[in-house]
Amino acid sequence: MTDFSDAFGAALGLVLGFDADLAEIVGLSLRVSFLAVAIATAVGLPVGAAIALYRFPGRAALLVAMNALMGLPPVVVGLIVYLTLSRAGPLGVFGLLFTPAAMIFAQMLLVTPIIAALTRQVIEDLWVEYEEQLRSLGAGPGRAVPALLWDGRYSLLTAVLAGFGRASAEVGAVMIVGGNIDHVTRVMTTAIALEVSKGDLALALGLGIVLMALSLGVNGAAFALKEAAERRLG
Amino acid sequence: MILPLTIQDVSFEIGGIRLIKDLNCTLEAGPRTMILGANGAGKSLFLRLCHGLIRPTTGRVLWQGAKGRDPADAQAMVFQRPVMLRRSVAANVDYALKLRGMAAAERRAAVEDALGHTGLRRLADNPARVLSVGEQQKLALARAWALQPEVLFLDEPTASLDPAATHAVEQIINAIDAAGTRIVMTTHDLGQARRLGDEVMFLNRGRLLEKALAERFFSEPENDLAQAFLKGELLWWQRGRDNLKRNPPKQRRQ
Repeated sequence: MTDFSDAFGAALGLVLGFDADLAEIVGLSLRVSFLAVAIATAVGLPVGAAIALYRFPGRAALLVAMNALMGLPPVVVGLIVYLTLSRAGPLGVFGLLFTPAAMIFAQMLLVTPIIAALTRQVIEDLWVEYEEQLRSLGAGPGRAVPALLWDGRYSLLTAVLAGFGRASAEVGAVMIVGGNIDHVTRVMTTAIALEVSKGDLALALGLGIVLMALSLGVNGAAFALKEAAERRLG
Repeated sequence: MILPLTIQDVSFEIGGIRLIKDLNCTLEAGPRTMILGANGAGKSLFLRLCHGLIRPTTGRVLWQGAKGRDPADAQAMVFQRPVMLRRSVAANVDYALKLRGMAAAERRAAVEDALGHTGLRRLADNPARVLSVGEQQKLALARAWALQPEVLFLDEPTASLDPAATHAVEQIINAIDAAGTRIVMTTHDLGQARRLGDEVMFLNRGRLLEKALAERFFSEPENDLAQAFLKGELLWWQRGRDNLKRNPPKQRRQ
């Protein structure tokens, strides 16, 4: 137990002292996850909304596939991206394997189905309420998408956050395609895994504390924003 | 002018159940039409068929005056429960005008004008969704007003409003009528139909049973179900059933 409390004390020291190594790892983690979520949002919102509003053959199969992909195992995504980006793979010429770009790509693949599936649900519910009015005003599905995305913005924020939670917490995909290279592709989750296996509990716990605080902070801020906006805008 | 509107042998069914049956009528420019009937008579479906929100299963909805123009551009509809976008009162009106392709510079004046006519100008910057139901219905009317439609369909616009809000909404409907828009409206409220109607259509179980000038309909309705409906007999539709028992149609006897 003293080991644990010593480690905890050391961890707090690292966090509060803005340790350089720790800061670098946290910085890269945020960069990778934010970019992955940004791209996934840009893709997932319109795709999810389109699937909500249009009826086409194979839609049911697509819905099932999309919902199943929400639970995609990160290691499998890592493996697929690894095979795609490795020298012999189809995108091997770009030499992206073991770079932050590969990690962003892998996390983007993980997060896009989550954002698209949750967006589909939000927009479909809104469309039930708005359809007649919007069609009466002259907006078919195509023109309704921007208005619906805008009106669903607070619920969609939750979808994006779910994606961010997934991206920042996963370890399997970034480990495989990033390789956990010090100062290059080491992020919080891969560092924790490594430090625990090395026995350096202080750094591992410090990173764990930052990861938790970050998650709580982002979700808390989003919750407050949503509450305030709904009270004000109805 | 896209009018007159001709409804030709229109039927509408869902899952094999016929909800509108062989409906024929013509709506000319001019009078305000009140559509009366009990719940499930098909009043709302009739409006939606006219407005093009649903397609008839058989028959045709013809805008005789459209002449190649899209008749949808000259219509608007106000629903029983107004649907407001999550934006300001003014932006809700503005959005409708934008969908019709009006330039931004013109829209400002049109929004101002519509809000002024409906007494909503002081609420222009408020979020639309936190307005009271009565104010939201006024905003729905303002939105319709701004579009300057040739025909305005209203589906029980005052059904969930108190008397004061109902009065305000009726005044706005009168003003829209005075500005030259053809009013076609469903209502439950016979008093309202008397106040606002020039012409009455009486629907029962998907059939149009009577279409007459309002004065005439209220003084001496021809259809016996309409007579019972006007007297406010609670089980008025059973008269039809009793008639059926007394004089069953010939096919049934075989």
